Amino acid sequence: MLSVTSLVKSYPTPQGRLEVLRGADLDVAAGECVALTGESGSGKSTLLHLIAGLDAADDGEITIGGTPLRGLDDRGRARLRREHVGLVFQQFNLIPSLRVGANLAFQARIARRHDPQWEAMLADRLGIAALLDRYPDQISGGQQQRVAIGRALAARPPLILADEPTGNLDEATSEEVVRVIRDLVRESGAACLMVTHSTHLAGMLDRRLHLTGGHIA
Amino acid sequence: MTAPAPPSPVPADAPAGGIRAGGGLWVLLVLLSHWRRSPGQLATLVLGLVVATALWSGVEALNEQARASYDRAARAFQGAGVPALVASEGGDLDQSLFGVLRRAGWPVSPVIEGRVRIAGEPFRLVGFEPLSLPAGSGLSALGGGGADGGGEGEAFTNFVLPAGRTLIAPETMARLGAAEGDRIATTEGRALPPLLRSDQIAPGLIATDIGFAQVLLGREGKVSRFLLGPGEGAPLAEVTDVALRRVAPTGDDDMERLTASFHLNLTAFGFLAFLVGLFIVHSAIGLALEQRLAMFRTLRACGVSALGLTGALLAELMVLAAAAGLAGVAAGWLIAQALLPDVAATLRGLYGAEVSSVLALGPGWWLSGLGISLAGALAAAGAGLLRVHRLPVLESAAPRAWEAVSRRRIAMLGVAAAGLLALAGALAAWAAQLETAFAAMGCLLLGAALALPAVAGRALIVAESLSRGPVMQWFWADTRQQLPALSLALMALLLALGVNIGVGTMVGSFRETFTGWLDGRLAAEVYLRPGSEAERQRMHDWLAARPEVGAVLPSRAEETRIAGWPVELQGFTPHPTYRQNWPMMAILQDGWDRVAAGTAALVSEQLARRTGLAPGDPLTVPTPGGDWRLTVAGVYPDYGNPKGQLRVAVAELERRWPGAALASTAVRADPDAVPALLAALAEGTGMDPANMIDQAALKRESTAIFERTFTVTAALNTLTLGVAAAALLTSLMTLATQRLPQLAPLWALGLTRRRLALIEIARMLALAAMTALAAIPLGIAVAWILVAVVNVAAFGWRLPLHLFPGEWAALAALALAAAFLAALAPVLRLARTPPARLLRIFADER
Repeated sequence: MLSVTSLVKSYPTPQGRLEVLRGADLDVAAGECVALTGESGSGKSTLLHLIAGLDAADDGEITIGGTPLRGLDDRGRARLRREHVGLVFQQFNLIPSLRVGANLAFQARIARRHDPQWEAMLADRLGIAALLDRYPDQISGGQQQRVAIGRALAARPPLILADEPTGNLDEATSEEVVRVIRDLVRESGAACLMVTHSTHLAGMLDRRLHLTGGHIA
Repeated sequence: MTAPAPPSPVPADAPAGGIRAGGGLWVLLVLLSHWRRSPGQLATLVLGLVVATALWSGVEALNEQARASYDRAARAFQGAGVPALVASEGGDLDQSLFGVLRRAGWPVSPVIEGRVRIAGEPFRLVGFEPLSLPAGSGLSALGGGGADGGGEGEAFTNFVLPAGRTLIAPETMARLGAAEGDRIATTEGRALPPLLRSDQIAPGLIATDIGFAQVLLGREGKVSRFLLGPGEGAPLAEVTDVALRRVAPTGDDDMERLTASFHLNLTAFGFLAFLVGLFIVHSAIGLALEQRLAMFRTLRACGVSALGLTGALLAELMVLAAAAGLAGVAAGWLIAQALLPDVAATLRGLYGAEVSSVLALGPGWWLSGLGISLAGALAAAGAGLLRVHRLPVLESAAPRAWEAVSRRRIAMLGVAAAGLLALAGALAAWAAQLETAFAAMGCLLLGAALALPAVAGRALIVAESLSRGPVMQWFWADTRQQLPALSLALMALLLALGVNIGVGTMVGSFRETFTGWLDGRLAAEVYLRPGSEAERQRMHDWLAARPEVGAVLPSRAEETRIAGWPVELQGFTPHPTYRQNWPMMAILQDGWDRVAAGTAALVSEQLARRTGLAPGDPLTVPTPGGDWRLTVAGVYPDYGNPKGQLRVAVAELERRWPGAALASTAVRADPDAVPALLAALAEGTGMDPANMIDQAALKRESTAIFERTFTVTAALNTLTLGVAAAALLTSLMTLATQRLPQLAPLWALGLTRRRLALIEIARMLALAAMTALAAIPLGIAVAWILVAVVNVAAFGWRLPLHLFPGEWAALAALALAAAFLAALAPVLRLARTPPARLLRIFADER
């Protein structure tokens, strides 16, 4: 489902260019949930942003479901995210002015895959069915992250990218969140790449990749 | 638990790029949902749009109303679309020519025109002959008459039969306090036929059958002109010995021309107010965009393209602008309705132009108001939308990225400001046209506004480097950090203060000059307005026999054109009164003697400027008997007169224009004896006391006209200042929500909430004081452009510039008070914020 080949990315700094990725390669199959670990500043988030089309690589190839990202313009990348990728952030990034229910359905709606039954089932599985009429600032951090996961899955994307989704949560909630993501991804047959610092959480997933020195080990 | 369904395949017909309509609507709804959670911000945005649209639409309504009134007057009786035959040498024609011309095949219709006084006010009276009236003359108000079609119907019959009818505009009827069917009388006691309301008659004008009009005007058997229908008869030279001249159909060009500068002045103010309103919109939109950066990032991450997001933001803006625009146009109507009486009075007092006092605005005005709201919103939000479109998606949630863009923008604005200020200087130095003068003013104001953030930023850096102690250093540094967010509101305040100081200085300079000038112009103790030649003679004889009367100085007036401009020719009695008092700008050494001898004329400043005349220059005045060659003896200021003026010896004027109109007669008399003299004059000659004015009353009347001229300006000035204060208030209110996280660390470090609140007030006062200081030189520059460039281009006179530091101090105090009030609400909120809330800021900080 996801294939990354020889990915290179560097950033300009006052001391010269900082090479973050120096030819990273990885593959994630459908139905597989993979953990991506690495030191702070190793380029995990950069790699995720490149896969999501939020940033452009200097070199290398990314394909999602057989579609190469190279050559896609902003609109093409936006369409890719809308229809092929579900993103989960550390900071939840819910829309504060929308109720939980509307947040959950948002991406599915703009991807024209709004399915109330599917969303109701997700809300139920995520344990947020009773919170649908609340606003994000009226629920806890763990609940907000569940809503964000639900939003990512509601459009039934073939790829879920999660950037340290448990970074703001306590240990017990983190385990619960990772379990939910893993189970739902497996059941839906999507692929998932999750950035995490926690080796314990990484161990809960199907496979673990480690990013160091700009390469996947 | 049922397992969720596997992901469906991506639809093959998915669009290549943007979101389809349904998805786009969802993005729009998400954007709109922000306002539900931020009603204060929404109110700011809507308020800005409403205010901007209202002030612009209000002024446009006034202009449109005035133009419609001029057009109506022109259509009704200036013969627009209808040519006319007039006497080649001017003056009335004999009515017997009517039959002669009709028999020779000329489709003519007689018209007589003159002025009557009713209840002391002058009205234009037009008499016409309804049977022969050409179509399209604007006089076909009787339904049955016109186009030689034969009069039919009750209205027509009533009009021509004895008793007759007087056609009158509803506004004029209301002004006279009369009702349909009433019979009103002129000041001379002549009764008009019963009134008949007509919308086709211009305000201030009265129309009746020519037979009645001739009697009312005391010109029986006379005709002012013959309106011409389509077609021609035999050559005029073969038909009559009377020299006739065909005049082309014209609009009321003079009125348009004379009032153009007044309307441009109004438009300029309307535009300024619109601009200040847009500052609020710009500020509100900028903050709304900044506050939604995280939302934009989420939307982009969820698959909304930059174009789709910008498009949705644009749609959101248009929805809001349309709603606010409608409210703004409605508010504009109310503003226009409130200001119209003053505008109408000013136009009547200054130019003799009649403007209907009932607003009648077409759909075009409503649509243009809505259009200006949409265009204004687009202009105010354009830069912000572009920034959203261009800001990299990964940086959009980082306030620093936005701030960096703002800082770059301030530097760019500084460069643009320098260019605009240089352009303003160049335009002001070479401005000859009013449009150029206003362009110079626009460049000056915009340049100063754009320079403000850069200048204030520099000043704050200096203040920071001079300050001691960590709190003071933080105070200045934090104030500098606030500058980008507050700069628009401060710019609006600068513009409003600058214009207020400028206009206040101009009006004050005018007032000081005008008072002294009026003392010189109105040196005689009494001014009389005789209604007829017989009355003038009777009055003159009576006064000559009174011991308390020192001199009787009659005058006459005629109108002519010099270099295409309408010029009043004033014949006055050369007397030491004028020589000693008449304010002059320049005069030949023997100027007064030459005027008395009839070989020279005094020229008003505006005529001298328009024609380039100076003392000693030759001047040719066309008269019915041929050209009159004169020398310019001197130039005098003639404030408030839209027309050029020539003053010549009255005896020479009477000789060259035997029918010259009677003007006022100045009487020198013992000031203490004036009341008794006027009472005796009324009793002794039967003269209407309304036509006797003592010097004090005339000065009061002139000063009232002067003050009224600036009533509308003052109202718009105040509204603009109010808008600027609102801009400041709304900016601070919106910022208040963002301030708490910035101030909480200071509280955590040991500053009390009370002290933080006081610091916030001090910050606003410092910024307002800085803006007020900058507004003073700007205001003086605006005043200089007004008195030295705009006035000269618009009216033809230049005023000396007086400075009024007391008024500046009052305005600065007002600005500080506005800033204090604007800062008060957010500061009170901060002072009352419970510590638990401040603690939550740290808990929520991410």
